[in-house]
Amino acid sequence: MNLKLKALTKSIWVFHAATSPCNNCDIEVLDLITPRYDVERFGIVLVGSVRHADALLVTGVPNYKTKERLKKLYSQAPKPCLVVAIGGCACGRVMFRDSYNSPCAVDEIVPVDVYIPGCPPKPEAMIAGIAKLIQKVRGQK
Amino acid sequence: MIILFNYLIFPGFLFSACIGLIAGWIDRKVTARIQWRVGPPWYQNFVDIVKLLGKETIIPQGAAKLTFLLSPFLGLLSAVLVSTILGVTARLPLESFAGDLIVVLYLLIIPAIAIIIGASSSRNPLASVGASREMKLVLGYELPFILSIIVVIIKSAGTIQIGSILNHQINFGSNLASWSGILAFMVTIFCMQAKLGFVPFDMSEAEQEIMAGVFIEYSGLPLAIFKLTKAILLYTMPLLLIILFWGSNLTPLALIGKYTALLVIIILIKNTNPRLRIDQALRFFWGPVTILAVIAVILAILGY
Repeated sequence: MNLKLKALTKSIWVFHAATSPCNNCDIEVLDLITPRYDVERFGIVLVGSVRHADALLVTGVPNYKTKERLKKLYSQAPKPCLVVAIGGCACGRVMFRDSYNSPCAVDEIVPVDVYIPGCPPKPEAMIAGIAKLIQKVRGQK
Repeated sequence: MIILFNYLIFPGFLFSACIGLIAGWIDRKVTARIQWRVGPPWYQNFVDIVKLLGKETIIPQGAAKLTFLLSPFLGLLSAVLVSTILGVTARLPLESFAGDLIVVLYLLIIPAIAIIIGASSSRNPLASVGASREMKLVLGYELPFILSIIVVIIKSAGTIQIGSILNHQINFGSNLASWSGILAFMVTIFCMQAKLGFVPFDMSEAEQEIMAGVFIEYSGLPLAIFKLTKAILLYTMPLLLIILFWGSNLTPLALIGKYTALLVIIILIKNTNPRLRIDQALRFFWGPVTILAVIAVILAILGY
């Protein structure tokens, strides 16, 4: 396993890509940087610009407008870039599946690395998901 | 050979980058403890730099490619040069050359100028907003900063050589032990906070409003170079203040103690203040701070 990926897993800078969510997942994401969970212990920081991002946190069901935005955001992020789908909507569009303004799911637009289901997922579930993502990047089972 | 060693390894690049990154970790850790969190491990900043070196470097479409890629190196080179001059002088005060204080003052502006050049060549509207804020901030803090350096020059009998300023302090006690010295020291602490881009004066890279502002288009290697420049400045600026104002005793232990004290002051200011708007910052620097610096100059001329 090379140094590049090892350093990547030790300091994941995340960018928050909200593709029309109901804001519930976003609040739970912000819970992760509060004193109770404090993911800065693992080097995870929220960044403002997508050019600094190592992981995109996607929440919500993409509609016709945010679909294009998400595609652009992914192409603007420097590679290697990981994508995390947070919440039931981003994982599988749950009840918005047949809605008139839901053209496709997140994983039909960008390659998703880890799915974290829940409505909204608990912060513990998100930390578990990120731990699995790190294991996947390092090539462990 | 010795010059190259000085520049690249001991008081220069490698040493100051390591000290600066560790100081940056202390900053993050203390901030975390103040907010009742745990905070990152000590190697976090090193890992960040290594990770950024391994990332893809994106050049935005329509940007001035050469300027965009070269400006980070401009800032890093001058910051390393300052740390080399100061490090060598702090160790051997007799080795400095005449007028190196002026050289250091000029070199300390170049990292800010490099940031401005890089941001304006990136063809991003938010980056240009950040660049204009940075420019105004430089105009704001340079005036009181140079005034308080003049206080030091007056106090040490008109010399503009860092080595003889140090010698003067070793013979007659440090500049901080006088009224004008205390006032000028306070002024330089405010200016240092602005030069480092820390919280009350970080409007040029405000993450919440203009998304990292001047650094918005940077990724990979150039961003890592900018982070290194900031880290080296975090080592250099307190060292400059110690040499100019507090230089009566520069044994390694005393130097570490004084550096830590200044670092604590920086972190405390950073954690107890909200971000100022750019007009508030300008009013602050050209109003009370400049008046304080002028009073310090007058006191120094009168001999207090």
